[in-house]
Amino acid sequence: MAANAPESTSATAPAVRGTTGDIRRLIARAKRWDVIFIVLGILALGVGFLTFLALFLDMLIDGWERLRPEFFTQFPSRRASQAGILSAWVGTTLVMIVTAVVAVPLGVAAGIYLEEYAPKNWVTDVIEINITNLAGVPSIVYGLLALGLFVYAFGLGQSVQTAGLTLALLILPIVIVSTREAIRAIPAMIREGAYAVGATRWQTVKDHILPYSMPGILTGVIIGLSRAIGETAPIITIGALTFIAFLPPSPVTADFPFLSFEWLRAPFTVMPIQMFNWTSRPDEAFHANAAAAGAILVFMTLTMNGLAIWLRYRLRKNIKW
Amino acid sequence: MNSSTTLRPPLGARLPPVVSERLAKKFSRNLKERAIEAVLFLAAFVSVVTTAGIVYILVKESVVFFAEVPLWLFLTDTQWTPLFDDAHFGIMVLLSGTITSSLVALCVAIPLGTTIAVYLSEFASPKAREIAKPILELLAGVPTIVYGYFALLFVTPLLQAIYPSLPGFNLLSAGIVMGIMIVPTVASISEDAMRAVPMSLREGSFAMGATRLQTAVNVVVPAAISGIAAAYILGVSRAVGETMILAVAAGMQPNLTFNPTEPAATITAYIVQVALGDLPHGSVGYQTIFAAGLTLMLLTLFFNLIGFWMRKRYREAY
Repeated sequence: MAANAPESTSATAPAVRGTTGDIRRLIARAKRWDVIFIVLGILALGVGFLTFLALFLDMLIDGWERLRPEFFTQFPSRRASQAGILSAWVGTTLVMIVTAVVAVPLGVAAGIYLEEYAPKNWVTDVIEINITNLAGVPSIVYGLLALGLFVYAFGLGQSVQTAGLTLALLILPIVIVSTREAIRAIPAMIREGAYAVGATRWQTVKDHILPYSMPGILTGVIIGLSRAIGETAPIITIGALTFIAFLPPSPVTADFPFLSFEWLRAPFTVMPIQMFNWTSRPDEAFHANAAAAGAILVFMTLTMNGLAIWLRYRLRKNIKW
Repeated sequence: MNSSTTLRPPLGARLPPVVSERLAKKFSRNLKERAIEAVLFLAAFVSVVTTAGIVYILVKESVVFFAEVPLWLFLTDTQWTPLFDDAHFGIMVLLSGTITSSLVALCVAIPLGTTIAVYLSEFASPKAREIAKPILELLAGVPTIVYGYFALLFVTPLLQAIYPSLPGFNLLSAGIVMGIMIVPTVASISEDAMRAVPMSLREGSFAMGATRLQTAVNVVVPAAISGIAAAYILGVSRAVGETMILAVAAGMQPNLTFNPTEPAATITAYIVQVALGDLPHGSVGYQTIFAAGLTLMLLTLFFNLIGFWMRKRYREAY
């Protein structure tokens, strides 16, 4: 119709003839925004990655001259060039041992209870809401809890055991949630099979549920511990000293029974606190020490998180029920 | 029922079912099972005890504090000088630092986090997502003290190059770094929300000729809005509770300001400052950190509850 009257309907003709073309042009224009957004998205991701890269490189470059073997074998010192992280990494190791010993059994047991045993009632609801809520409590509040309860009410002092218990409570929700997720991924037929041949609940859990969920639990434990390694605020709150130029008593002794738990009550310092101490000094020479300690901390958490991610990836690939 | 029992030989009905000795009902095994269940329950109950402990400690010490400092003065005073002779306890001062730094953090985290979430959920190939998400997780795993160092000794000098009158301690660089720290949280929770939107909604939109971005903005984001809002709120709650970045990079000087280019103490930084010093147990200074902690706890609890409620809502949507 438009073609029959080229002159009189010239105003409407291109519009009618071009309808499909117009829509195509419209879509093409809109698609240009798609491309712009993809660039934006990659840029946003890039900002994240670049920050991370800048952070790690900045710390490596600033702390490079201090990253020598002596750095690991020297105590903190008034002189920046002689200061090391011996007491800090020993403290971190000891605190992590306490944290893991407390948090792993507790968290796994809680996860097993909630997935395999818990009846559907209000008590279970309260526990679940509590765990969700605890995961969102700022870490410094755990520090206040530890200060009021562990340090003063229980008289545990500003010691390795207090720090370990505090961090254990802090990472408990992480361990519980990952345990539950790992258990939930096990199909019901495994349990039914075990019950069908007469296994009790605990036998089912011990011989089937736990072994199969182990990699998932391990992932959660590693992520939890890597979080605990980097936590500073709660440990400062319980009043950990920042200048420790001695080591806690050795856990292995010469006399019978050859094992000593004195170290649990020893004062301590940990890597993040040592780093905080060096960072907040006005003397710039100490900033290199802080950078070196930071680089080691990042490397440690990175390795642990990487391990956890790799474990999870392996898990997802290998499991075929 | 009655007729069938009369038909059966009475002796046979009394015979026990044939089971082996190992599978027979045993009192000891039953007891063991019960004991194990009780132990597991106690482990789960630790979380309730922890919460109760936190509330008890914070309230117990705060009650003593509020006996000396009236609540209305705590909320309205414009000075925070608990350690001076002329002591003032205006939480507003610390709150202003917390609010300002959190706002700066949100200005960074919301645009970046949302863009990353939309990109990963609607544009990226599964392979790219598989690579990007773990790297984001690594970013979230960096200790906050390291971020603090980065804010103080990398970002602040960088900002000073642009804006020379910026003081060495300021809320701006602490807020920006804090924002980058919470990007992974915001991105991953909003991405989960967007991926929960059913494919049929997208297909309907594509069938009408909408592009990916139009679909994302007009269909997917509105459908996932409560989940995205929950992600923002959890981001806020993390920013409010963040301690070390602010303690290191924002200075610890109480300062009633909403100007991000000034140094100021936040609630969390104040607690760190007091804990670093030597305060005798039971002094007013010692009790202030519990009152500050209670304020912080209530603040994050409020945000967490909103976030929890919103996430619940979006889960029920489909």
